[in-house]
Formats: sequence, C-alpha cells, structure tokens
Amino acid sequence: MSMGESTAPVRRRETLESVVVRFAGDSGDGMQLAGSQMTLASVLAGNDVATFPDFPAEIRAPAGTLAGVSGFQLHFASDEVFTPGDAVDALVAMNPAALAKNIKSLRKSGLLIVNRDAFTARGLKMAGYAENPLQDGSLAEYQLFEVDLSRLCRDALADTELGSKEVERSKNYFALGLMCWLYERQLEVVEEEIAARFQGKPHLLDANLAVLRGGWAYGENSELFRIRFAVPPAPAGAPGIYRNITGNEAVALGLIAASVQAGRDIFFGSYPITPASDVLHALAGQKSFGVRTFQAEDEIAAVCAALGAAWGGQLAVTCTSGPGMALKQEAIGLAVMTELPLVILDVQRGGPSTGLPTKTEQADLLQAIWGRNSESPVAVVAPRSPSDAFDATYEAVQVALRHMMPVIILSDGAIANGAEPWRVPDPAQLAPITAPELATAEGLGEKGFLPYSRDPLTLARPWARLGTPGLQHRIGGLEKSEGTGHISYDSDNHHNMVVLRQRRIDNIANFLPGCDVTGDRQGDVLVVSWGSTYGACLTAVRRAQRAGKRVSHVHLRWLNPLPSDLGELLESFRTVLVPEMNLGQLYKVLRAAYDFRGHSYTRVAGMPLRVQELEAEIEALLPS
Amino acid sequence: MDQATPRTFKAKDFASDQDVRWCPGCGDYAILSAVHKALAIQGIAPESIAFVSGIGCSSRFPYYMSTYGFHTIHGRAPAVATGLKIGRPDLQVWLVTGDGDALSIGGNHLIHVLRRNVDIKILLFNNRIYGLTKGQYSPTSEFGKKTKSTPLGSVDHPFSPLVVGLGAEATFLARAIDVDAPVLGEVLAATAAHQGSAYVEILQNCNIFNDGAWDTLSAKESRADALLHLRHGQPMVFGRARDKGIVLRGLRPEVVTLGEGGLSEADCWVHDAHDPDPTRAFILARMWAPALPVPVGVLRAVQRPCYDAAVNAQVATARATPGDLHKLLVGRKNWTVS
Ligand SMILES: Cc1ncc(C[n+]2csc(CCOP(=O)(O)OP(=O)(O)O)c2C)c(N)n1
Ligand code: SF4
Ligand SMILES: [Mg+2]
Repeated sequence: MSMGESTAPVRRRETLESVVVRFAGDSGDGMQLAGSQMTLASVLAGNDVATFPDFPAEIRAPAGTLAGVSGFQLHFASDEVFTPGDAVDALVAMNPAALAKNIKSLRKSGLLIVNRDAFTARGLKMAGYAENPLQDGSLAEYQLFEVDLSRLCRDALADTELGSKEVERSKNYFALGLMCWLYERQLEVVEEEIAARFQGKPHLLDANLAVLRGGWAYGENSELFRIRFAVPPAPAGAPGIYRNITGNEAVALGLIAASVQAGRDIFFGSYPITPASDVLHALAGQKSFGVRTFQAEDEIAAVCAALGAAWGGQLAVTCTSGPGMALKQEAIGLAVMTELPLVILDVQRGGPSTGLPTKTEQADLLQAIWGRNSESPVAVVAPRSPSDAFDATYEAVQVALRHMMPVIILSDGAIANGAEPWRVPDPAQLAPITAPELATAEGLGEKGFLPYSRDPLTLARPWARLGTPGLQHRIGGLEKSEGTGHISYDSDNHHNMVVLRQRRIDNIANFLPGCDVTGDRQGDVLVVSWGSTYGACLTAVRRAQRAGKRVSHVHLRWLNPLPSDLGELLESFRTVLVPEMNLGQLYKVLRAAYDFRGHSYTRVAGMPLRVQELEAEIEALLPS
Repeated sequence: MDQATPRTFKAKDFASDQDVRWCPGCGDYAILSAVHKALAIQGIAPESIAFVSGIGCSSRFPYYMSTYGFHTIHGRAPAVATGLKIGRPDLQVWLVTGDGDALSIGGNHLIHVLRRNVDIKILLFNNRIYGLTKGQYSPTSEFGKKTKSTPLGSVDHPFSPLVVGLGAEATFLARAIDVDAPVLGEVLAATAAHQGSAYVEILQNCNIFNDGAWDTLSAKESRADALLHLRHGQPMVFGRARDKGIVLRGLRPEVVTLGEGGLSEADCWVHDAHDPDPTRAFILARMWAPALPVPVGVLRAVQRPCYDAAVNAQVATARATPGDLHKLLVGRKNWTVS
C-alpha cells in the first residue's frame, strides 16, 4: 500500500516491562548503526538498557553469506537491566543468512520481521536453505512479519536521484523506523543522529530521513501489525546527568578524568587490535587534554614507549587484546622491576592465538596475574559493565600512581562494545589521585637520592622528576639493592626483593574496600563473579533470592590482590559457584588462595553467559 | 638552574661512581671516555640528559654515566627512548645499543625510530659478536664466521648497520672506530648537534670473543690507508701520504692515485653530507674494505621534521583551547534526572 493513506488500522497496545530486540543482517547492512540508534532512542525514552553487538571478524564477508552476518542485541526495560538478555523477543532479519544464524535466539512466539525481498533463490542457497523457510512452515512457532523492505525503500526514494546501491544501503533506517514505531521510540533522536551523520550531504540526509519515516509510517498504516508495545520509563535513578556509554569509551574517559585529576598528561602507546582499537581512536582526538597517542610499530614498542614515558613522569598507558598482551609481558616485567606506574588495558577476546577476534571471553586472567617470567606479580582490576569501566580505569590509575607499579585492567569484548546508561560524575567530586613525586634534591640526606627507598604505607619508591639536578639515578631490569637501587647479585637481597614485590601487591588490599555482597554474608550458595559476567550472575542471584533461596553474590573488582575478607566469606556458605567464560581461571586462583568447597561453571562460547543457565546451576546446588 | 651563569663541565662530571665492569681491554672503555669528553664540550648539564640502553655488554653504558639512565630490555631501547622523548622533549636523549640488540631482536624498533626521526642520539657498538652471551655470531658477523653457535661457519649473510639505517630513512648517519679518538670525538660532537635521529655505528673491539675484528681498520700502520675520513665539502682523499682519492664514475666509486694519469684532488668526489638525495650516501655506506676504504665521519646529515616535535606541536595547538572535562564527560547526547 502507498504511504500516503492514513487510515490506521485498529490495533491493541500492550505494555511490557522488558524487551529484547535483535537486528541481524549483512555486515554492510548497517545493523550496528540501527541497533545503537535504537539504544539511544531507548535511553532517552527513560529505559534502562544493555546491548550486545555481535559482529564477524571479516570486514565485509561476501554479501548474503552466513559468515557475513552482523547482529546487534538491545535489552531495554522499565526496571534495572544488567544483561543484554537471554532470549530475543523481536528479531529483525534482513536476509536468509541473518535468519539462519539468529533464529535460535528468538523465543517461542517471538516477533520475527524479515525482509522478504532478500529471500531469493540465490539468497536462500547462500544461507544453506533447501526450502524457503517463509513458506515451508518451519517458522510456525514465531509471529512472522514479511516486509518487502527493499521494495519499500525504493518506493520511498522513487523521486530522488539516488543510485540503487545507495537506496539499498538505506534499508537499515527503514527497519529502524519500523521498530521505533513498534516499540514507541521517538524518531527525533534518530533524526538528529542522521542529521549529524550526513552533514554536508543533503541528498543522503533527506533520503535517509525519508526512509526512516517511511518505516514508521509503514508500521502505522499497514495491516500487518495488529499490536504495538509500550515500555514505560524505568524509575528515575539518582539525580544527575546521564548518557549512554560503551566500555571502550568509558575507559578513554576514565583515563582523561584521572589525568586531569592527577595533573599528568596521558601517554598512550598502542598497536591496533580488535576489540581494543576504539580506545586508541577515542584518545587520539583528545589532544586538548594533553593526550599523546603513539601508534607504535608493535605491541612491544607500545608498552616500552609507555614505560619510557612513565619514567619521564607521564600518566602512561598501553592498550591491547590477548595476543598483544602476550607480547607485552616482558616489558611489564620491567615495569615491575623498575617500579614505574603503568596502566595496561587488555580487552579480552576469544582465543587462543587469533581465536575469535570479535567475540568476548575472560580467559586472560591467569596471563594477567602470572603471565611473566619469574615472580613478577602485577595488580589486576576488571570492570563489570560498560559504564563501570570508567571507575575501574580511574581506580587503576589511582593504584598505579599511589603504589608506583603496573596495573592491568581486564576488560572484554562484551564490555568494550556493549553500552548502557551512565550517570556522569561531577569532575569536582572525583577521588584524589596521589603520586610520590619528588622534584627537588633539597633536604636529601648525605647519601643523596635513594631511588629504591620507599614510603612505609604505600611501599612506593619516589617518582623522581627527570631533569632535576641531584636526582640523577639509573634504573633497569637487573636486580636492585633495596634503598640505593644499585645492581645487586646478593642472594639475601634478591630473596628480600622478591618477597617485597609480592608484599607490594598484597599491601594494596589495605587501601581497598572489602567484599561488596548482594544478600546475606552466609547461606547456601555464594556466587562469585568477575568482569562482564557480573550482570548475568547478579540477575540470576536476585531471582533466586526472590524465590526465597539463601543465595548471595559477590563480585570481585580486584583480582590481584583479592579483598582481605574474601576467605572468610567463602567459608560462610555451604558451597560456592564461580561462573566464568574460561575453563575456571578465577576458580583456580581462589582454590590456590583459600580453603573452601565450590564449583566452577564454565562456558567459553564467545558470548556472554545467560541468566537461565546460571539459574539452573544455582538451583542444582541448593539443598533439596 | 640559574640561566645567567652558564656552567662549564669536565669529562669526569659525566662519570658515575659505579665500577665499570667491562673486560679489561674492551673497546667500550674508549667509547665511554670519548662520550664523557664530548658531553663536557657540549655543555648540557648531566641532569638534562638521559641515557637509555637495551641489553648487552654495550648496554651497561648508562650505569657509568652521571646522567639519568635506563637499562631496559633486549632490543627495545628505541621504543622506551621514543616514549621518553615524546613526553619529555626538554631532555637530551641518548641511546646505547649493540649489533645484536639493535639489529637482531630490536631491528623493528630501530628502523621505526629512524623512520620517525625521533630526536634521539643512537650509538650502536658494533663488535660483530654477541658479547654478553659469550660469543655467538651476530647480524653483522662475516659470512662463514666460526663461533660457538656456528662451529662449521655461519651461513648467515650479514648486513651493514648504516645501509639498514639509510633504508629506514635515517637523517644522520656516521661511523667511527673505538681506537680513533679524534674522529670519534668529531662524530660525537656532530651527533650531539643533530636534530632528529642521529645514528652512529662505532666499530668496537671485543677482545674476549671477537678480538681483532677491526684490526685492518684500526691498526695504526694501516688505518690511514684503510679508512676514508669524510669531511663535508671536502674532496675524498686518503692514505698515509694523502695520495689516494675516490673518484665517482657514474654510481661506481673508484680508488685513484693522485698525480697519476693527470688526476688531482680536483677530480675527486666531493663529500656532500647535506645532499637530500640518499643515493650517494648509500654508495658511501656500502664502501668496504679491502676493495675500498671504509668511510668514517659523518656520511649524511639532513634535516627533516622530528616526530616528537610534531606530536607536541599538535598537542600545543589543540591545547590553545584546553579541554573541558565536564563537557567531555557529558558527551553530545545526554539527559538529566532531577
Ligand atoms: C629477550 C632476551 N633474549 C635474549 C637475551 C640474551 N642476550 C643478552 S645480550 C644478547 C646479545 C647482545 O649482543 P649485542 O647487542 O651485540 O651486545 P654486546 O654484548 O656485543 O655489546 C643476548 C642474546 C636477553 N637478555 N633477553
Ligand atoms: S665480552 Fe667483549 S664486549 Fe663484552 S665487555 Fe668483554 S670485551 Fe667488551
Ligand atoms: Mg655485539
């Protein structure tokens, strides 16, 4: 039907508390864009959200193939949201391959919106369909909506000069317009985004706006949809300014906030790698904050340059993912030895080796804690969600500077690319960041400057300002004498220094809060999580608690050192469940540190853990 | 520091109180003392200088300097020095490395620091051997060399540090030999003065694992005939009696005897260290004994913007309007809950 008519059909309006939608299409179909703009529309509608972008490693696998399918999942609700959602309520499939790859995620009787135009013989064949699933009844358990998306876009743009390629490329906005209509999201937000995107290209701007509105009008006018959904705003959070943020953006902002607070410019050494590169991109544009980004020749150079900058007094940071992390380890050992502050961000991805570059995993924990030669302990912190990456990063800088040491931040692909609302902190309220800076030789004793003397509380050595007369010193990877820092091959000194370097890590726990427990501090099951599994674990535990079960949750922000009251907590439960996206790495760490009974739950699928599977695990551990 | 009263320095002002631990007779001693002298002449205070090194006998160098010093890890000193220089352009940064450190494990970093033209002074001690690990062949060891790891002779083709440097677009290339203090002093002075990566190959004798590697070049009797001391703007004349010269025939250098066949100094190739075209520098870098004298002195010294200065210029321009943290944090799209 034409879009001019406006005799809206009679339809039902249903109010939902929580909805999970997923856009799926070719890598070139703009699904990430559609998904992130619907996210923005949802947060501005007052919903809490969590997202899960799921895209292939290939930039543009051949169109229509299974390998090229890119997806974006969005969970929005009128309650707090901690995960991108287990089962999808509405799936948009732009072609047969997208359908084949994503149909499993759609719940029974979920909404399935497909672009019928793409279900050609060729398209079906590429997706591996022998029969057309739109016709063979195989989709009977879903609510199927067949939309001639490509044709409708052509119609909407009939009187423009646009070539067929450009018309085809705009169909993500048609799907987005339709979804915004279906879930009552305002188009204004998206329109502003389109305006920003196509600034200076009026013909594309107009075309994409027309298609977006066409999608909305199609929902409104066609007979296809007998129902429309409302998801009311979530209860207002604490007062303040909010924005939507991804984990990689939050890391970049956390670094800049820490840099401003510490009064030290950022030196950021990095070598591009998925899914960490966006942090480099974000910081490269922040030179007005004094950020110096250095795209090095490899990861080793990136960390070494950062260490050189740390010696020179900068806030030094390096950023990578698993394979690059492996390359950096020798230099991190040098940072341990020279006791220089350095922040190392590892955005974990699927492995081993090149593994699954665009998928998430948390299997670098042991590499972070123990991945260097000899006794070379390093502090490790992990954000639990995209917005929390701001705080975790800020804390990493605090610890690195206060204690004069390298600190590893373990983010992951889900946090890096996932997004959620974030209450923006007031710069005036940021926690202090201190460093043992020394910028004068006045008042030094007769022995002169002792680069390896230390503060009794923080165990940090002084951070001498290079260029200061009288503070010249030599550092390096050879073993040091405590105090003077001179090279020492003395066996007692070596033993003492090895023990001291471990004590420096253990000592951090004295500056950190104890365990933050959701639920009672004793009971039947304690769920212990770290990193991005936070949301799924918390949600599963809350459901069990609502069902009256004696289940609690503790999420570990610092993995090295562990909170000082953790051992006691572990012993206060009948059993402990440690769910992880690896083969039980935290579990091994805990077992080595404490005497407790517990279970490791592991799934290494390149996907966030699902709440349902965790509920089942908890259930199985409860006394019957 | 009081700018009004310039300080003067003696060589010993640049020496640290640490015992030097190289083998007696090692060529590194002569280089160390030449550097102390050159820095005293230069007149920049020890606290304004940083020495960075990798790993190897040569890389112990920073411990023997009264400047700031960082003995890093094997091969990575160029990267450490780059980070330091970007953050602290006010410091004069020197880098000391060996033929293994710079050209094997650190080859990648070396070419990139030269390509970027980071304002760092790089001294590569070439003893054609791995000294610290007790005598394995290195990337500059001659083909067929018998060492502990090549009992039947090495089948690795060596390369020349300076040719590699030129391939990496180095703006300053020089060579000196440990025992020839005047040339070494002259080269170090030019190195100190160059803006950008100044890359120096210092032929150094390891008397323990590769003794005599440079004998034909360094022996007092043969030195004048084996080495060609380059001076910018001067014809290339050499030999004990200064009776030999280099004539460039097309792209081929040739040794001629002055006075024979009507040839005089005026026919010799005149050294132009500032030639922006690297072709002639490449010819010089490849000249090698015994067919040709080995050039020492400054082969090439051209100007190109430095990476560190360019990075800091971008930051300075952007900082003219300093970043506003609140504005950055709240972003383009946000909403308020009251
Ligand atoms: C990662 C690493 N690999 C190997 C070594 C062992 N190693 C130390 S010095 C060296 C070679 C040094 O040779 P060169 O750079 O020529 O220095 P020289 O001792 O000759 O001055 C090697 C292989 C090391 N320290 N670190
Ligand atoms: S081993 Fe060779 S290079 Fe090393 S200190 Fe001894 S003589 Fe010098
Ligand atoms: Mg050597």
